[in-house]
Amino acid sequence: MVLRMSETFSPNIPIQTARVAKVSTESEKVKTLELNTRLVCQPGQFLMVWVPGVGERPISIANNDPLTISIANVGKMSGELHKLKPGSLLSFRGPLGNGFKVHEGWKRILVVGGGYGVAPLYFLAKMATSNKIKTFAVVGAKTAKEIVYEDKLYLVTKETFVTTDDGSKGAKGTVMLEVERLMTTAGHKPDAVFACGPERMMLAIARECLKHEIPCQLSLERYMKCGLGVCGSCDLGGKTVCRDGPVFDALEALGLGDFGTFKRDASGKKVPI
Amino acid sequence: MTDLSTSLFGKKIKNPFVLASGVLGVTKASLETVAENGAGAVTTKSLSLEPRKGHENPIIVETECGMLNAVGYSNPGIEDGIAEFSDWERTEPLIMSIVGKDEKEFTLLASKIEENKEQLNCTAIEIALSCPHTPGFGVMAGQADPKAAERITTAVRKETSLPIIVKLSPSVPGEVEAAKLAQKAGASAINMGNSLGPGMKIDINRGKPVLGFKMGGMSGPALKPIAIRCVYDIYEAVKIPIIGTGGVNDGQDAIEMMMAGASFVGVGTALYFRGPDAFKKIESEMRAWLKERSYKKASEIIGVAHE
Repeated sequence: MVLRMSETFSPNIPIQTARVAKVSTESEKVKTLELNTRLVCQPGQFLMVWVPGVGERPISIANNDPLTISIANVGKMSGELHKLKPGSLLSFRGPLGNGFKVHEGWKRILVVGGGYGVAPLYFLAKMATSNKIKTFAVVGAKTAKEIVYEDKLYLVTKETFVTTDDGSKGAKGTVMLEVERLMTTAGHKPDAVFACGPERMMLAIARECLKHEIPCQLSLERYMKCGLGVCGSCDLGGKTVCRDGPVFDALEALGLGDFGTFKRDASGKKVPI
Repeated sequence: MTDLSTSLFGKKIKNPFVLASGVLGVTKASLETVAENGAGAVTTKSLSLEPRKGHENPIIVETECGMLNAVGYSNPGIEDGIAEFSDWERTEPLIMSIVGKDEKEFTLLASKIEENKEQLNCTAIEIALSCPHTPGFGVMAGQADPKAAERITTAVRKETSLPIIVKLSPSVPGEVEAAKLAQKAGASAINMGNSLGPGMKIDINRGKPVLGFKMGGMSGPALKPIAIRCVYDIYEAVKIPIIGTGGVNDGQDAIEMMMAGASFVGVGTALYFRGPDAFKKIESEMRAWLKERSYKKASEIIGVAHE
């Protein structure tokens, strides 16, 4: 599509402002904001959420109707988002990027979330289940109190399995424990796997799927600035995570130089993962 | 078929389109992707002596007439930059863009590139004197003024045997004089130019400027007529080639820029409007237009608006 401003005279992706309708606490660190609006979007797409005078950050979409985001309190920007109350204004650009793609013929899928990476997978599971795809979920975290979205996932999946590193909830170990079990259990082997969470977890899942020849898609993360594929800040092996991603096929991700080894800070300096 | 190939500082290039500095160009891999996707030459994001995080987000906002950006020269610093871009293997020339606070910093940056030029396999150095939104650099440090442009170009010329591209501003009066003095000081080409402004976008629902730095440089359609005029005027004043950069979004824009006098055409914001394969689209549009009018070479149109 040729987007000539002379023909449109309006931004392609404008800033939208909605009001917070409901705030819920998922864990000590994670809050969920439901907005008084809905958005036409795909699971895996994200918003650039703007807090005037503070900043703008990418946040994945946890539901489309009502538009919902979950925020982990990890810095100044997310701290400001945690202060929002019902009635507060929230501004964003989006939906941005490419989401998860559920191919025709897939009858059983597995979603794997690490920590608060589970949020976009809830949206995916909800859509898949409504399309009569048997959906299973594995969610993992370091400890029980960091497990989020478990209750929500029970409602939109056939089965949801929990793992914690310390064994305080579900099976003791990483998500790989359950992922490997499901891949080798008759009646559970998925037609495709979708993952979002720490990159080391996604690397392990990508390799496991490769071994079992199961299609796999990963929602990746890099330091994002423009969100439009032009500033180059979120480069991953020559791809922009914001526009070419954030969802990548695992085979492609495994071929991108830095995947699983390096990310970059705001200056573009390499930082080991 | 119309021949779009040309030569940049003695290197044959497949088309006259150059990736403008600041768009992608954080990594070597991204420049390889851009070259693969059709650029004739590519420019790194500008490198400074020390690492810079750049301005706080939002660093970009769309307006009704183009993009407003205030990236603020985020870069990992010259040392990491040289390591990043080393061993450039593609045939499309690599241009190293540098930014300093004064001629001393530009001198140091140029000497570091000169020391590593074989390892980098770069073709030219671009000295950006014209960013409109970064304190201490470019327009905000008075570097786009004619005397400053001459001073900085003279200083860099002493440090390197590489061709020097001087990137000027379309919003600073005296741009023609600056181009003349840069040529006198040893510039090998003029890049006209940087983004316009600074400008500002206020979100009326929040009653606040959108950009983290509040103001930023305007690119895209709003910039194009001004860039065309600047290139037109500079073409009459200098003999060295001009890279015309500003608002080129399709093949016809590129033709207009070359008719104004540009030998090469910088492309940046089009990568947003047209997507990652913008260069290929612009190239095929230019080729079709020229072919229909029986031009054998794209270079035939350079400066025809002056005849």
